[in-house]
Amino acid sequence: MAQAGVQHSMTLRTDAWWVAPLVTFVMLSAFVVYTTWRIIENQYYLAEPYLSPLYSPLLLLDWWPLSPAILILWAPGGFRLTCYYYRKAYYRSFVLSPPACAVDRGKPGEYCGETRFPLILQNLHRYFFYAAGVVLVFLWYDAFKAFVFDEKFGVGVGSIVLLLNAALLTMYSLSCHSFRHMIGGKLNVFSKCPTRFMLWKAVSGFNEHHMFWAWFSLIVVSLTDLYVRLVASGAIQDVRFI
Amino acid sequence: MAEATIMVFRGEAHQGGEEKEYTVPVQEGMVVLDALLYIQANYAGDLAVRWNCKAAKCGSCSAEINGKLGLTCKMRMDSLPLEEPVRVYPMKTFPLIKDLVTDVSWNYEIEKRIPPFAPPEGELTMYQEDIDRIQEFRKCIECFLCQNICHVLRTHDRKDSFFGPRYMIKIAELQMHPLDTVDRTELLNGDGGMGFCNITKCCTEVCPENIQITDNAIIPLKERVADRFFDPLLWILRKLAGK
Repeated sequence: MAQAGVQHSMTLRTDAWWVAPLVTFVMLSAFVVYTTWRIIENQYYLAEPYLSPLYSPLLLLDWWPLSPAILILWAPGGFRLTCYYYRKAYYRSFVLSPPACAVDRGKPGEYCGETRFPLILQNLHRYFFYAAGVVLVFLWYDAFKAFVFDEKFGVGVGSIVLLLNAALLTMYSLSCHSFRHMIGGKLNVFSKCPTRFMLWKAVSGFNEHHMFWAWFSLIVVSLTDLYVRLVASGAIQDVRFI
Repeated sequence: MAEATIMVFRGEAHQGGEEKEYTVPVQEGMVVLDALLYIQANYAGDLAVRWNCKAAKCGSCSAEINGKLGLTCKMRMDSLPLEEPVRVYPMKTFPLIKDLVTDVSWNYEIEKRIPPFAPPEGELTMYQEDIDRIQEFRKCIECFLCQNICHVLRTHDRKDSFFGPRYMIKIAELQMHPLDTVDRTELLNGDGGMGFCNITKCCTEVCPENIQITDNAIIPLKERVADRFFDPLLWILRKLAGK
């Protein structure tokens, strides 16, 4: 090891540096607990024509005894788990590596980052992007289906909620760092590929707000499922505009 | 005139050190470097402070002020809570020389290990859209605040395994250059230690030039490393193409 510099306490920071990781910890934990509960609950996911995004596409298979959500959620779950934004969020708030900038936790030499199993698998983020993209197609299908009531066009609160959910998840996907790389970031000479350059610029614009899309879409997915659950369980009635 | 209490780390290499308290009059527009130079002029002529341009462009006066990293010539006194003592420390990641001056030569040794720009022979033509992206990386003033705040280097002292954010920018600048012919992804995945970065973005937060180090340099390089070493589909396609 190289010679270290002046050592002092964990941090000399005097501001409330612990607030951001704490809020992230609470928010992500709440999402994980809610989603897990909904998977285990395995009911109230369909209130025609609304289907919960946690159960879409609905795979009711004879040979699968557990919740059908498990067959789906590995894809968007893996996409978020390996997402570059969420990695920052949970490395800071759950693993405390580091908890905040210039707040030192850990010992010299005992860190290996994403160089070993299992964290080396973070490099497969693009494959989860592909899988989550397939699920996203079904979510758009569900969103359009949510405007059809008894084979007629209609609009309910659920229609709007499902449409908003699909749109936000699309923005989250389109602002993905891996997608930005695939669409044009890997090129060194943009002038030879003007279309990809244009797309890369557009995706780069989305990418600047990736954190916003990550949180907004996460919250709306939960609220969409909650709305479908409340309607399906009879706790509330869907409000129809048309 | 208002006064501020400045607690400055005083010490020398291999001898440790301690905080020393000084009282400094605060004037409008004053920055932390002004306070340090006041101390040097009035109380402690032997106070070691590295500085040069006093315009946030030379990258010499990096320090830790109340635990936050910044250029002392850019951090205004009126941005600090002056009812409490202001604590000024040298950069933690690098070995101390004296007081607020550290030995940052390790960074220059890392730079020597990066293959330089290698254009092809013949007439060279490039277009504005090809070089716009890398202009951002050329704003780096080598203040080494990003190296100092990177927890891989600062907390875990993995200088043996990771080049640090400053050199990820350097490699990105070369690797994304439209006329460069050298592939540095093997270096990144090996000695460069790309996998050690867990993208917690402190380097970006601290950069005085607002370079988007993580989003525009490190993550795109991580994706290029993934293309080369961690994508089985691309590996098969490369084999089929005979590359």
